[in-house]
Amino acid sequence: MSEQQQTTSDEREGEEPFTQRFVRELTTGSVMVTFLSVVLALIIGAILIAVSDPEVQDSVGYFTDRPSDTFSAIGDAVGGAYSALFTGSIIDFSEYTVGRALLPLGETLTNATPLIAAGLGFALAFRAGLFNIGGEGQIILGAIFAGYVGFGMDLPVGIHLVLGVAAGMLGGALWGGIVGFLKARTGAHEVIVTIMLNYIARFLIAYLLTTSVFQRAGASNPVSPQVHDSAVLPTFFDSSRLHLGFILVFAAAAGVWWLLSRSTVGFEFRAVGANPHAARTAGMSVARAYILVMVLAGALAGLAGVAQVLGTERYLTSGISSGIGFDAITVALLGRANPWGTVAAGLLFGALRAGAVTMQASTGTSVDIILVIQSLIVLFIAAPPLVRTVFRVRVRDTGGVGARSMGWGS
Amino acid sequence: MSQTVQAAPDESRQTVVRPGWKTPIVLVVFALVAFVFFGLLGDSGRTSTFRVSTSADAWQIEPLALSSRPVALALSALCLAIAVYAIALVRRGQQVPLSLTVMFGVAFVLAFLVWAVAGEQISLTSLLQGALALSVPLVFGAMSGLLCERSGVINIAIEGQLLAGAFLSAVVASLTGSVVAGLVAAVVAGLLVAFVLATFAIKYIVNQIIVGVVLNVLVLGVTNFFYSQLLAPESATWNSPDTLSRVRIPLLSEIPVLGPVMFNQTVIVYIMYITVIGIQVSLFRSRWGLRVRSVGEHPEAADTLGIDVNRTRFRNVLLGGMVAGFGGAFFTLGNVGSFSQDMSAGQGFIALAAMIFGRWNPIGALGAALLFGFANNLQSVLGIIGTPIPGEFMLMLPYVLTIFAVAGLVGRVRAPAADGRPYVKS
Repeated sequence: MSEQQQTTSDEREGEEPFTQRFVRELTTGSVMVTFLSVVLALIIGAILIAVSDPEVQDSVGYFTDRPSDTFSAIGDAVGGAYSALFTGSIIDFSEYTVGRALLPLGETLTNATPLIAAGLGFALAFRAGLFNIGGEGQIILGAIFAGYVGFGMDLPVGIHLVLGVAAGMLGGALWGGIVGFLKARTGAHEVIVTIMLNYIARFLIAYLLTTSVFQRAGASNPVSPQVHDSAVLPTFFDSSRLHLGFILVFAAAAGVWWLLSRSTVGFEFRAVGANPHAARTAGMSVARAYILVMVLAGALAGLAGVAQVLGTERYLTSGISSGIGFDAITVALLGRANPWGTVAAGLLFGALRAGAVTMQASTGTSVDIILVIQSLIVLFIAAPPLVRTVFRVRVRDTGGVGARSMGWGS
Repeated sequence: MSQTVQAAPDESRQTVVRPGWKTPIVLVVFALVAFVFFGLLGDSGRTSTFRVSTSADAWQIEPLALSSRPVALALSALCLAIAVYAIALVRRGQQVPLSLTVMFGVAFVLAFLVWAVAGEQISLTSLLQGALALSVPLVFGAMSGLLCERSGVINIAIEGQLLAGAFLSAVVASLTGSVVAGLVAAVVAGLLVAFVLATFAIKYIVNQIIVGVVLNVLVLGVTNFFYSQLLAPESATWNSPDTLSRVRIPLLSEIPVLGPVMFNQTVIVYIMYITVIGIQVSLFRSRWGLRVRSVGEHPEAADTLGIDVNRTRFRNVLLGGMVAGFGGAFFTLGNVGSFSQDMSAGQGFIALAAMIFGRWNPIGALGAALLFGFANNLQSVLGIIGTPIPGEFMLMLPYVLTIFAVAGLVGRVRAPAADGRPYVKS
């Protein structure tokens, strides 16, 4: 795509009436690409479910005799799995009371909470041009810090929770800050450092859970004591696990939005992300931006650890992050590294995570199918031309999140 | 303000040679640690015994019994001497040569070993055998990364390629009953993952780190999914491959210690030797290698000379994927025999670390992979005899060392100049 074409089409946009532009944006813009990517990922997911279903395999054996059997078996397998995915994540019509019918929605929001928080951590760093693959490690450090305050200290109600949340964010900020510091001072590439720090954090928590300070008294397996009640993020309903963390994460999203689009610091982040050399020439301190953005990104991922240890799980295990750090990358990419986009994507992936549990329980389809669907969605939105070819529709190169490419050295 | 701007290091010009004080400082710190903890604070009067020969060896060699504290003191004194020499070199404005750092590392590891084994005995042969076994996937993975990155494409998907190779080799070997078919399938699996990487990275110009990260998740999802749907419930059909048998090379396998370690192995390990040597030679001594390196360092110049940049890159990514996929077969066919979920367990990322630690150089990457495998195996061996330091810290070692390496604390690493930058003809 040449630069010139882009500008002429931009100019044309100015003359168009609003409704026409809105429709065009909807049908050929990033919304359309995202929608088609989700559809395509669900189709491929359906194929995987179908080929691995034993009844489908049986009926294929006599396909030439009765092809209808094969198709109905495929329909049963895919329909069953996807409807269970829906029931488990949004609304369960088989329940009689509204509260119980909406229980799955609560699970979705509970699952979305840490995903959004860690996703914001990735998105914020990404806007400053950094790949924060280290969400996993930052979540673990956040959980270690918050967990220690939660079960290791006796503090008054209120103060205990505030201190726990702050400690968790500090833990994440520390782990993220190392990355920013090394990047700024030595030029060490953040992708490598964050990957390495993920593993260091994993071994650190494994070690800590064998020490007397962290391991639950009398327990033989590596689990920490329960977090004290005064440090638990309060829940909203008796039946649902949904906790205050969700509100905190929403506030964090608003904060990131304000930071990026309304503050001077956010402007510097974006300037450094767009072109560090130009930002330096303009008198900004690139080193300071790198350190600050990684501290903030780490704090956001640390908040995800807080939500896990003080909200959802209420004790520390070595699996406390359970892949949230990596899912968060896909969440932020699907949300195009935009705070509200990340919230929306986090809700979608939270729904997939919640629904997958119901799906496995009721139809036996493995929860791992959602990993496939998630990663396919992100692959497709990164390559609009591919979506265009598959669906034979006109979608523009929206300059999505994947379009920017850079090397180890930059 | 302008001062801060000037003080900020310009990471785009990493080649600027600065007299490195970091290396000698790090060496001094480590040498002092060795001297104090392994030497001075070590238990006196104990011996560390290393069994050299296995019972199957033709020539039996007496076990090596060393008096722990004096030997550890001597080795850490050697570390100190090297550190002092490094200071002297830097004061004269010279770089600390890599060989010196390597010597330091060997002395440090030996001092540690003598200290950790005090009062116990371990078999050198099985220590090294285990280390090599743990290194094999790392070496293949590092070679895959190297082939891609030398041509300018970042390969974070090594993990996915290893896992795909392990999965498909187990499935195909089980279904066909042929181990050879399994090995071929492993190559095909790696190729498929690499094809997706190459298509997205080179054709659609999607950010290579994103594609790599997402591909790892995709392969993990697909293999986990099929594992729980097919491999676990019907393991007799889908997940019971034969394993490769060891091939003893006559004469060479009779060498004490090294013989049984290196020359009594499965065919995968022998192919690993050939692969590393082959890549080393062809990358630096052949026309193909020159082209690959030119495409990775300066694609515009290569293009001017008539080299098709993107085709070269595409081929190299596919080749790398095949190498990593083959390495993945070691998890299943070369080792335990059956596939299990998330079998590669982050080895692909250690392989990436080994490639970087080895400075994008095949022999260097081999050395780093062996070192990481050694650290990993040492941890499990010392776990059995009761280690003085927690095993988790030993497992952290490869990752900590890699951070030191990229931060320039142990020598300076430099990626190919065009690594990760897509080439679009203008």
